[in-house]
Amino acid sequence: MSHHKSEPAHAAPAPSDPHTAMDSHAVDLPTYIRRCAVIFLVILCTTAAMIATSFAHFGEGWTLKVAIILAIAVVNAFLVAGYLMHLLSEKKMIYTVLSFTVFFFIGLMGLTVWATNNFPIGTVNH
Amino acid sequence: MEIPYTVELRPDTGVYNAKLGIWLFLASEVMLFGGLFSAYVLLRVGAEPGMWPHGWLDVRLGTINTLLLALSAITTLLAWVSCKVRQFGKFKFFHACTICLALGFLCIKSYEYHDKWIHYEVDLTSGKIADGHLVEKSPDFDLVKKTGTVTLHGRIVDDRRDLMDLRTPEARAAKLDEVTIKASDIQKMENYGPKHNTYTAIYFTMTGLHALHILGGTLVIAYLWGPGSALWRRDPERFTNRIEVSGLFWHFVDLVWIFLFPVLYLT
Repeated sequence: MSHHKSEPAHAAPAPSDPHTAMDSHAVDLPTYIRRCAVIFLVILCTTAAMIATSFAHFGEGWTLKVAIILAIAVVNAFLVAGYLMHLLSEKKMIYTVLSFTVFFFIGLMGLTVWATNNFPIGTVNH
Repeated sequence: MEIPYTVELRPDTGVYNAKLGIWLFLASEVMLFGGLFSAYVLLRVGAEPGMWPHGWLDVRLGTINTLLLALSAITTLLAWVSCKVRQFGKFKFFHACTICLALGFLCIKSYEYHDKWIHYEVDLTSGKIADGHLVEKSPDFDLVKKTGTVTLHGRIVDDRRDLMDLRTPEARAAKLDEVTIKASDIQKMENYGPKHNTYTAIYFTMTGLHALHILGGTLVIAYLWGPGSALWRRDPERFTNRIEVSGLFWHFVDLVWIFLFPVLYLT
């Protein structure tokens, strides 16, 4: 521990190559700040678009509105997962894990949609 | 004992162990929230026509919370980048921002819960329904003994359907006043808590579970910002990986909110 005493309060040894030392993500703070600013602006716009769609008049039903709003939400999710979570440049092992997740999630939602309007007799009033 | 692959990449997986671990955990979380979204879909399509609530939640507060979480996801990422480029001071700043934004989110959520907790629907013996926020109960108010009065800030409607869609022009134009009701005129009085109807049940379940995730994530981030940051001096690379792993969890929490907000507030 003695070697730490000669270092500044929170100094740590610099990595040999910050871009590739322990993972493949290129790291540069100003670049990231610019990228994050763009992402935040897009999220701001998409959120505004969702709210505008929600209050817009598309006739009587909610189906089209829900579809459009969820499509915009998917864009937001893509930004967060793709860029903030680095899923666009992740390792094959992570994609393998997530492919199982996607498969089971689609299965779960597929079963849900399949079960729609298929209620046991006596459980609904209409 | 040396724990293997906390920093170096494992040859067979290509990632360090904690990263694979957090992704496996997040995969299970997707299924957990997926089950709740599935329940939401079934409850919604199973509701009687005109009986699924719209406009019960404050879109302004939901929007602020959406932006708070989006900002916190960004500050979390920047905290990790700061560690990567060995700027500990900036890491401290960005993670402090994350903690403040997370606490802001929880404060707003608490306010929304409180608002629902003091919002009552009262079935009157006349067949009408009084709906509004609790102003006061008289000291002798007792629903069993039928004594005293309760005052709500709201309105009285003839049909429960009038309370379901608060975005209709009629609902928006409705004048809210103080309504004092005698206990003897009350058939049933219930707040907008989880047991009120299937909408509030799924709303409190989904947002409650999400808020617990926010709380847990905030505690972890606060630990890494405070006492846990001592690891930075001993092993900065390992500390950076911890920040990445906690950041991945935080982004997932943001991801869940990205769908909760439109589903519960906007549709």
